[in-house]
Amino acid sequence: MNPKTTALRVGLQRGVIELRSTFTNGQDLWNYFFPTAVLLVAVFFMRGATVPGTDFSLGARTLPSALGMGLLFGGLLGLAQNLVVDREDGTLLRAKAIPNGMLGYLVGKLVLVSSVAMIGLAIQLTPGVFFLDGLRLGDPSAWFTLAWVVPLGLVATLPLGAMIGSLIENPRNMGLIVLPVMGLIGVSGIFYPITGLPDWLQGTAQVFPLYWLGLGMRSALLPADLAAVEIGESWRHLEMVAVLGAWAVLGLVLAPVLLRRMARRESGSRVAARREQAMQRVG
Amino acid sequence: MRYGTVDVLNGIDLTAQRGEVIALLGPNGAGKTTTIEILEGFRLPSAGSVRVLGVDPAHGDERWRAQIGVVLQSWRDHGRWRVRDLLSHLGDYYAPYATDQIQRPWPVDDLLAAVGLTAHASARVSRLSGGQRRRLDVAVGIVGRPELLFLDEPTVGLDPAARREFHELVHRLADLDHTTILLTTHDLAEAEKLADLIVILANGRIIARGSPDQLSRRLTTDAEIRWTCDGQRHVHATMDATGFLRDLLRDHGDEVQELEVRRANLEDAYLALVHEEETGIRTGWAERVWQEQEETR
Repeated sequence: MNPKTTALRVGLQRGVIELRSTFTNGQDLWNYFFPTAVLLVAVFFMRGATVPGTDFSLGARTLPSALGMGLLFGGLLGLAQNLVVDREDGTLLRAKAIPNGMLGYLVGKLVLVSSVAMIGLAIQLTPGVFFLDGLRLGDPSAWFTLAWVVPLGLVATLPLGAMIGSLIENPRNMGLIVLPVMGLIGVSGIFYPITGLPDWLQGTAQVFPLYWLGLGMRSALLPADLAAVEIGESWRHLEMVAVLGAWAVLGLVLAPVLLRRMARRESGSRVAARREQAMQRVG
Repeated sequence: MRYGTVDVLNGIDLTAQRGEVIALLGPNGAGKTTTIEILEGFRLPSAGSVRVLGVDPAHGDERWRAQIGVVLQSWRDHGRWRVRDLLSHLGDYYAPYATDQIQRPWPVDDLLAAVGLTAHASARVSRLSGGQRRRLDVAVGIVGRPELLFLDEPTVGLDPAARREFHELVHRLADLDHTTILLTTHDLAEAEKLADLIVILANGRIIARGSPDQLSRRLTTDAEIRWTCDGQRHVHATMDATGFLRDLLRDHGDEVQELEVRRANLEDAYLALVHEEETGIRTGWAERVWQEQEETR
């Protein structure tokens, strides 16, 4: 069999094995379920409030937006975090020492991270359905929209995560990424519509993928007339595809370059140096 | 090989024959790891020519990679994987590179038995002891049945029993499977036990090389003679102990008491050699070894 095909298949298996082990690990499960619980509680208390200018539940509007945010967290931060940790502990170097190991590693990671993101989406959405009114889950067109928004969102965010993961060498520097993301959440209309924000902030938010991920998930799960309170009084699917597509293209062009550069620089002595550093942090 | 403006390796000239076990011996910082990483293709030399299995490691493709085994010093990677799962997963990458002569990968059960991990096959990697983890590292290194195997400080952290088992495994790989092995160590006894050829590195250059026998003959020519004469202690180091003693006894006869002749052992010689190379203080060892080497070529 062709070695590359083999690596793809083995990488897929790798993703499945890691997926199984992450969902049988207490710490990981806590990391998945605790934020979900916080989000659901918040949405629960927001369900009585209404979206300004409508009588639609603010909670029901927030949940889809937060699902869009979850795609960014899962795709971008999840992959970046995985790469940084695997580089520090030598997983990546092992992959490098094996024929086509890097390819298999990357496939496995993409399978793992995107599955975790989608499973996370399901465990956030499912309980919400029981206490929120207005989510149109019974409508096939909602599922049709989800079926392209979610993959597009992952294709836009995963390469960015790979780029960031390739650039950051010390796990402690992940904070450099988390802080700007937090700021972005504030201006991207996740927890409250951004139409009330100054124009320049609205403009800034629309450059980044997060706003569009939230909008995309709202367009899938909310009734059509809720589009009236969005910018331009529309779900703006064309613009969404354009912006997310642009991020995807940028990422898919740059990520392989940065990943190769990172892989090229891996060696036993680099891993040993990081281990030394980490030991000092602990001891 | 250069870091910034400091040359860390200089004139390393090394050729390995198939099935040969070569030990790169030297103190910490001698350039052992740098040398092995260049050969593994993990690091680029600033100058010089390197050929590993006929290919420049910097441009080795995946087929080349499949013929090479690298035993890494692991730390905590793949902690959640089970031993058997990890070996069978990593072995799968090698399946397309099997040839008529070499079956790849090494069947997991045989491999587990070879490295002595059968009892821990379903243990999680993070639960293994240091020695077991090291065996797993070796297993990962040889799962693709490499023609050439690199081992960087393979026995660091192993207890004596595990160390002996590891030595047996190395012999087995070299003798039965004709694997060419390059290992680094700072333990002279280990190099003597395992290697067909010992290459001593210090300060980034080769200061001596030869089979364990050759080296011990070449390096242990010095002898130390101690005696007392008129109640006074004397110590003299010489290459020609017999001649010196003949003269000593002829000149002083019965006055010579408590005579003691001690030949330096290989370890003394090795340490003296390295010390000289590192400090630059010439005591004659290194120069002499170089000269002898020139003559024997």
